[in-house]
Amino acid sequence: MSKLNGAQIVVESLLKENVEVIFGYQGGAVLPLFDALYDAPIKFILVRHEQGAAHAADGYARSTGKVGVCIATSGPGATNLVTGIATAYMDSIPMIALTGQVPTAMIGNDAFQEADITGITRPITKHNYLVKEVNELAKTIKEAFHIARTGRPGPVLIDLPKDVSTGMAEFKYPTEVRMRSYNPTYFGHPGQIKRAAAAIATTSRPVIYAGGGVISSGAAAELKELAEKTNIPVTMTLLGLGGFPGDHALSLGMLGMHGTKYANYAISESDLIIAVGARFDDRVTGKVDEFAPHAKIIHIDIDPAAISKNIEVDIPIVGDVGNVLRELNKLVKPGDTAAWLAKIEEWKKKHPLTYQKEGELKPQYVVEQIYEVTKGEAIITTEVGQNQMWAAQFYKYLKPRTFLSSGGLGTMGYGFPAAIGAQAGHPEAVVFDIAGDGSFQMNIQELATAVQYKLPVNIAILNNRYLGMVRQWQELFFKKRYAQTDISVAPDFVKVAEAYGAEGILITKEEEVRPALQQAVASSKPVVMDFRIAREENVFPMVPAGAALTQMIEGMA
Amino acid sequence: MRHTISVLVENKFGVLARIAGLFSSRGFNIDSLTVGETEDPTVSRMTIVVKGDDRILEQVMKQLHKLIDVIKVTDLTKKDHVERELVLIKVAADTSKRPEIMEIVGIFRARIIDVNTEIMTVEVTGAETKIEAIIELLKPYGIRELIRTGKVAVARGNK
Repeated sequence: MSKLNGAQIVVESLLKENVEVIFGYQGGAVLPLFDALYDAPIKFILVRHEQGAAHAADGYARSTGKVGVCIATSGPGATNLVTGIATAYMDSIPMIALTGQVPTAMIGNDAFQEADITGITRPITKHNYLVKEVNELAKTIKEAFHIARTGRPGPVLIDLPKDVSTGMAEFKYPTEVRMRSYNPTYFGHPGQIKRAAAAIATTSRPVIYAGGGVISSGAAAELKELAEKTNIPVTMTLLGLGGFPGDHALSLGMLGMHGTKYANYAISESDLIIAVGARFDDRVTGKVDEFAPHAKIIHIDIDPAAISKNIEVDIPIVGDVGNVLRELNKLVKPGDTAAWLAKIEEWKKKHPLTYQKEGELKPQYVVEQIYEVTKGEAIITTEVGQNQMWAAQFYKYLKPRTFLSSGGLGTMGYGFPAAIGAQAGHPEAVVFDIAGDGSFQMNIQELATAVQYKLPVNIAILNNRYLGMVRQWQELFFKKRYAQTDISVAPDFVKVAEAYGAEGILITKEEEVRPALQQAVASSKPVVMDFRIAREENVFPMVPAGAALTQMIEGMA
Repeated sequence: MRHTISVLVENKFGVLARIAGLFSSRGFNIDSLTVGETEDPTVSRMTIVVKGDDRILEQVMKQLHKLIDVIKVTDLTKKDHVERELVLIKVAADTSKRPEIMEIVGIFRARIIDVNTEIMTVEVTGAETKIEAIIELLKPYGIRELIRTGKVAVARGNK
């Protein structure tokens, strides 16, 4: 059998893993790898900053369900991936990050462009490898993909010294992975599933609390079946949006800090919470001691460490959400939830999500119009802050993998490169990045990437010339002392777009919103829409940090 | 509460850093940590002694188990187990004190492994209480240097 060099082995391995798109950036330590990729039948998207590569791989992974792959060189290239890797780790996104490394003989010598990237990324990867031997390479890549996509998914980094990329070995790709130390539990304990079914049958005020696990497990159909069979309302976490149709009669929308009032009331008064692939994040629970004080809790999760981490659980079920729900759906019988649903309907009528419609252009209106124009069929990514919350509140996500947002880490600059990744994975889809002016400027350079690869993403900047969410906190909790949140010195986004070869549209009035969105959707180029919104518009309702879910602040009279 | 945790891991580089990182990222101070190969050279066993709130420690154990290179995690504190630690103590021992020190060493079934005109080096193996007791008894003579290996522990019997 003829031998290949390490870089060629990497490429052949990636092909075996059915990798179709890679995002990355060149550099000295990865030259052999890029040389090997030059002729490979893999689409390569050259970003303009490695952080963009990691977020794009993440957006690709979230929107397609496949493993996202990004490549960076050693040292600064690798460290620039760190924020993107941490983002993927916090949200359990399957990703492979390949980094170049100085030759093995120079590791630890403070060589040019050397960084201990396996050391740096240890706490923010599901696992990582420093490959010291070219003969280990194929097996390592096989294992890395297996780890990234199975169990609770996550990013895996493979650090590749230059001499390993150039060393020669026979290419034999393993057909299976055997690891005595890694065996995720896929099927829930039948006894526990029976207990859960029994609890559901006798409940009168139940709520399903669905998280990102529903989406990563591909369990949206099973969740819908459970909700409809039992007449139980469903509230979703930020990452769970799309896991249950947002326009369904049983949908309560999002819960938590900026969740709907009716979701938070329902949780607070419920007698049974069925947590599905969710992890009781502090943005969801509010004050832990007062979270769902009357409720028994069933928790279904593939990660045993997620169970009873923040909230004590009564019926834990460890397993893949889809498998567990399939079993549960066979057993489950509806309780009597009619009175409960009537009460929720009353709350929905009394406390709808809304905003003051008079005056200047409102961000909520823009998001509603994006929903109208795209008929809810777009892939939406967001940046972080107010834009993210308005996008979560005022767009109804009908299908899984249509809402991509940095939930756990809260990474500004995520949305735009993630949109590029999503568009690369879905060339036919309409993709919107609902952005803030602050966040967009964090990875604005990726406009060049979108233009170069003809990825017609639409960037809707909800431009209030502030770091809006922090300003909102300053308004509410720091006596309006807007310390370092005024970013009114900003570029002309229309001109920036044009300078990169994209389209730019300035929108200042309501009547300009729809035509601009229609123009953007029809355009074959990336389009930057600069929506000049009311500067001091706030996100409501809001549960202040550390308060109980029932203690919501409401901006409306 | 003090816990003795036994962790079986793949014998690969970087594993110790991963384990130690999990404790440090939660603000736990590790009292002692020993690691060495087992009867299977591809597997190492770590014995970690750590103080911490039971609930948080349960979480740490789950997180430990999540690490890809970790094969098994056991909290031996809750199980019948045997534990040992090796300690070397250099104690000031001029000729007049030597008989007394040798008597103490004898009672504790410790051993003298080095001696010169001023110093005796004592080797003690045993459970923590025994080691603490001999240290207390030797203190008045003047302990010049003391080195402990940290605890190794194993469950009794087949398990």
